[in-house]
Amino acid sequence: MNAVTIDRAALSDLQDTAGAEFVAELAETFFEEAPGMFAELRAAQSAGAQAEFRRAAHSIKTNALTFGAALLAASARDLERDGLSTNTTAIEALEAAYEVTRLALKEILHG
Amino acid sequence: MAESGAKLLVADDNKVNRLLLARNVELLGHHAKLAENGRIALDMLRKGDFDLLLLDMEMPEMGGFEVLTHLRSDAELRDLPVIVTSSLEGVTHIAACIELGAEDYLSKPVNPVILKARINSSLEKKRLRDQQKMLISRFATAEVAADLQESGFELGGRRVVATVMFCDIRGFTPLCETQSPEETIELLNVFYTLMFDAISSHGGVINQIIGDGLMAIFGAPAPLADPALAATRAALEMHEMIEQLNQERVAGGKQAIAIGVGIATGEVIAGYTGTHSRATYTCIGDTVNLASRLESHTRAAGCDVLIDDDTCLALAGRLPTTALGPVSLKGKAQAVKVFSVEVQRPH
Repeated sequence: MNAVTIDRAALSDLQDTAGAEFVAELAETFFEEAPGMFAELRAAQSAGAQAEFRRAAHSIKTNALTFGAALLAASARDLERDGLSTNTTAIEALEAAYEVTRLALKEILHG
Repeated sequence: MAESGAKLLVADDNKVNRLLLARNVELLGHHAKLAENGRIALDMLRKGDFDLLLLDMEMPEMGGFEVLTHLRSDAELRDLPVIVTSSLEGVTHIAACIELGAEDYLSKPVNPVILKARINSSLEKKRLRDQQKMLISRFATAEVAADLQESGFELGGRRVVATVMFCDIRGFTPLCETQSPEETIELLNVFYTLMFDAISSHGGVINQIIGDGLMAIFGAPAPLADPALAATRAALEMHEMIEQLNQERVAGGKQAIAIGVGIATGEVIAGYTGTHSRATYTCIGDTVNLASRLESHTRAAGCDVLIDDDTCLALAGRLPTTALGPVSLKGKAQAVKVFSVEVQRPH
């Protein structure tokens, strides 16, 4: 995976259009919501629920794209594409990508 | 609704998406309300007065496709513009949304510049549609507007039994010569306001305004239980209104006016006639010609309201009528039975 953690240009664009303060709050919302999305992803995998699995991966991907989180978006896109054939390692990798993203975003947004 | 202050509903199950879209909408000077799934969105749309819906496709409980389907079958919400905001990939999804009536499709994350352009364009289309609806109701009556909304526009007609009314101001041309053009238009506006009121309140539909006269239909496009009685009662009310108008005119030093009303009942062909670009809802047939001839005959007969045999039969004595006997009318090979309905005037 060659994607950068955060596409700074995309994040700057978001800050320019929506306001830096708003983006910082929005990122906090994302951090609050993300554990729920991962829980949905795991629950969907255990239940063999393809649609729910793809939807959860899709939500993570969309939010990642919003913040220019290229690495996370790329991982989530793989899960969305592969659906239930995704192995547990890929979910763990996604969670790891999220953690890196969260720290990177916090660093950029709050200095 | 001014473009700058439109009311938008953002339906998205993802909180980050929802908040960001709302922020973008508000930065554009609009107002945003939020719904976290399709079911909540539909409830809010049915209760509130929204100008535009930003709709996500993938939502729990009720998804975007289902919302679009519901909107389409709802007469009140059918024309609400919808912009789909989704990151579902593939043209099949986009095509399906547009087929279901979505105005536009935006991929997430939504680019604010494109969002602005699409919102403005959708609101402009809505404004034009609202204006069109208003024009239709102004020129085509609420019934025809509803009929157009319900069944769409199609040239062609169907046979229906209806009562047709013609009404005309007597001696209008010489009257015009004695007053200014402004006074003439003002008189016509007052005249039409009064006549529309009397006709509409009895379930009639004015489908043509011809100079100082009009044609109204009772029983089409929407059926009416007792069209002959409704039309005759409307005619009597029209005369009462003209009496009141005349009292004011005479008090203001102006000349009183008189109207004649002709009514006939029978089978007519009702429908839209014209071309696809310019059409009118009308009724044609012998009944229509007869009503017009009866109206013309009111002057010679010195009567206020003349009705044909079928209208008289349908009244079944519920209003007092006087038989004038068979009358030869222009365009009619045989003399027709004509009845006068008397207007009670205060003395």
